[in-house]
Amino acid sequence: MFQILKVLKLMIEITLAHYLFLSAVVFTIGIIGIFLNRKNVIVILMSVELILIAVNINLVSFSVYLNDLVGQVFTMFVLTVAAAEAAIGLAILVVFFRNKGSIHVEDINSLKG
Amino acid sequence: MLGAEFLGMITLIVYVGAVAVLFLFVVMMININFSELKTGFLDYLPFGMLIGVVIFIELVMMISAWKYKAEFIVTKKIAKPLVSNTESLGMIIYTDYILFFQISGLILLVAMIGAIVLTFRRKDSLRRQDITTQVSRERNESVELQDVPNFKGVKIND
Repeated sequence: MFQILKVLKLMIEITLAHYLFLSAVVFTIGIIGIFLNRKNVIVILMSVELILIAVNINLVSFSVYLNDLVGQVFTMFVLTVAAAEAAIGLAILVVFFRNKGSIHVEDINSLKG
Repeated sequence: MLGAEFLGMITLIVYVGAVAVLFLFVVMMININFSELKTGFLDYLPFGMLIGVVIFIELVMMISAWKYKAEFIVTKKIAKPLVSNTESLGMIIYTDYILFFQISGLILLVAMIGAIVLTFRRKDSLRRQDITTQVSRERNESVELQDVPNFKGVKIND
């Protein structure tokens, strides 16, 4: 068992391409989540968070492999904005639910001005 | 991962501690029928899958056809730095990027105030202290002198 793990460790070296591939997978899951779920606003918000996470993975891996710390600083700001966006989005959602009693995307079609 | 330990921990704390709990609270707060929400899933399945597959293939093509820059480091060569990742991040965040750091703090403040303002409900049944009316109260609107006739008393209007 240990031998197999050692061999695997020698065989698989994690390169930048692996990180980019992971980020691409996460990004695609987020996109599919938005397209497949046309009813629930919460799931759409979660998908947006997933897309932001994919961008973060990209930024961090490039920052390490190019030996430039600015990418990680930028990731921190992206993280801040993502948290703020989640908070505001969910607050809007709660207010909307109080007014309408549902969170269907199709119900969000009326403007009041 | 990759020696970026500060961001790893921060991401974990922010997403598990804040965002996930926020989502959980909202899901608990608004009780919705999830089985009803799943209807129409199959209608969008082909289109969504098509979009997803196209985007994924594009991304993979871009990654695999990548020509790396000359100063690009391979994994084995990533040097152990003298100072830790957290320390070096702190050294540039508080000097070169102090403006952006402050702006991100401002964004968080605005988000907090916005969330509170949006979800705050004033209850009318609660009796609150209104300092302005208390202070600006005059004598003649609260106390009144009455001549009380003998054996008749006064009628207090209530």
